[in-house]
Amino acid sequence: MTTTPWKFTAKEIVEKPELFTSGHRACAGCGPAIALRQIMKATRGPTIVTSATGCMEVVSTIYPYTAWKVPFIHTAFENVAANASGIEAALKVMKRKGRLEHENVDVIAFAGDGGTFDIGIQALSGAAERGHDFLYILYDNEAYMNTGIQRSGGTPHGASTTTSPAGRVIPGKPQYKKPIADIMVAHDIPYVATASISSWQDLLVKTRKGLEIEGPAFMHVFTPCPRGWRYDPSKTIEIARLGVETCIFPLWETIDGEYSLSPQSKILALKPERKKKVTEYLKMQRRFRHLFKPEFKHVIDEIQQMVDKRWNRLLKRCNMTQASQS
Amino acid sequence: MSRELKGWKDIPIAGVCWKPATEYLTGDWKTFKPIHDPEKCTKCLLCSLICPDSAIKWNQANEELMFDYDFCKGCGICANECPADAIKMVREGEG
Ligand SMILES: Cc1ncc(C[n+]2csc(CCOP(=O)(O)OP(=O)(O)O)c2C)c(N)n1
Ligand code: SF4
Ligand code: SF4
Ligand code: SF4
Ligand SMILES: [Mg+2]
Repeated sequence: MTTTPWKFTAKEIVEKPELFTSGHRACAGCGPAIALRQIMKATRGPTIVTSATGCMEVVSTIYPYTAWKVPFIHTAFENVAANASGIEAALKVMKRKGRLEHENVDVIAFAGDGGTFDIGIQALSGAAERGHDFLYILYDNEAYMNTGIQRSGGTPHGASTTTSPAGRVIPGKPQYKKPIADIMVAHDIPYVATASISSWQDLLVKTRKGLEIEGPAFMHVFTPCPRGWRYDPSKTIEIARLGVETCIFPLWETIDGEYSLSPQSKILALKPERKKKVTEYLKMQRRFRHLFKPEFKHVIDEIQQMVDKRWNRLLKRCNMTQASQS
Repeated sequence: MSRELKGWKDIPIAGVCWKPATEYLTGDWKTFKPIHDPEKCTKCLLCSLICPDSAIKWNQANEELMFDYDFCKGCGICANECPADAIKMVREGEG
């Protein structure tokens, strides 16, 4: 297996052509659009992209316009992984029959959290089990944004959405976020990673690794959405960074099932005093505004406890332990 | 506004999109517009990397940044993240 320690310089990346172009119709400050643009800069050659229904598919292919400079296939909400499987299988057969003019063609599947945690999980699980060679990108904006902010299995505890509205009695979504990347690790696939648009270099390196590794690769990308999370669009990267700094969204990868922390999270394991409190992240977003009312303050404590529990579990998996908690 | 309505026989099979999105200008969405100060700029290129709309272009020939107001939606991410404080957001029409 290749584990090339890829490094990209800022200059090299800005000079690379845009494969996901301007003129797409994502909202101003859209986090997922930043992820797609950067991910496409890490491709290594001919690439076919397929995408589930969701914001990114809609905003990039409003007929007759397309923001894609690579072959792009829109598929239904639930089956992007099945579609990617079919593309990969077809490429294999074409190669065997000598009908493929390229030495290698990479396949990338994009889907949102709705299309991954919820309706797309059986297609994804099947593709992982069959071992198709493609990179699956989950861009996580933590709700069904394209249809108007409905909660998904990826929506965090306490967030107000149109189907988990904060009211006088219920303080937003009662359940916690499904640990989707760990579920993918449990499929025993060669590569799983989490990444955030606040660390472009890490995101690009992981994309390249996912493409290079033979077999299924899965990357969970943290992509704030100003529309659904209700914050000023200029704060998209800042909020993504806070997600990492609070350990709400830690950055790690597994190669053949072995967990390791990525630099931005490793530093927090080594210097726990730098780990920020979840309130710093929550207070910037109006989807959590109700949690700051006295009667719902306990929900913030619950969120902090769950973040700490999952962070400590991750540290164990990475063979690290949290030094003293500040 | 000219509008050609096509019949089903004229539409590409499977609804293939055939026009580049770069023919659709999103620049008029903005309320605020980024103003770049080349004096302060260290040319770290961060803003160009993180713009969701690829609206900050790097001119290799003269090593200058170019803000493409035809596509910039005025989100303000570049100004928020610039480590040199070299980008200011001003209300459209006032800068
Ligand atoms: C089977 C099916 N059910 C419902 C829809 C309507 N639909 C389109 S996009 C979408 C939400 C997508 O959410 P997510 O995957 O999180 O992507 P986002 O829009 O947030 O980027 C829904 C429910 C659909 N297209 N197909
Ligand atoms: S709703 Fe959110 S994810 Fe969808 S285009 Fe707007 S900012 Fe992007
Ligand atoms: S982020 Fe600021 S300093 Fe860096 S290139 Fe852009 S304007 Fe210049
Ligand atoms: S304001 Fe937003 S869209 Fe405009 S150049 Fe800056 S980052 Fe790009
Ligand atoms: Mg979503």
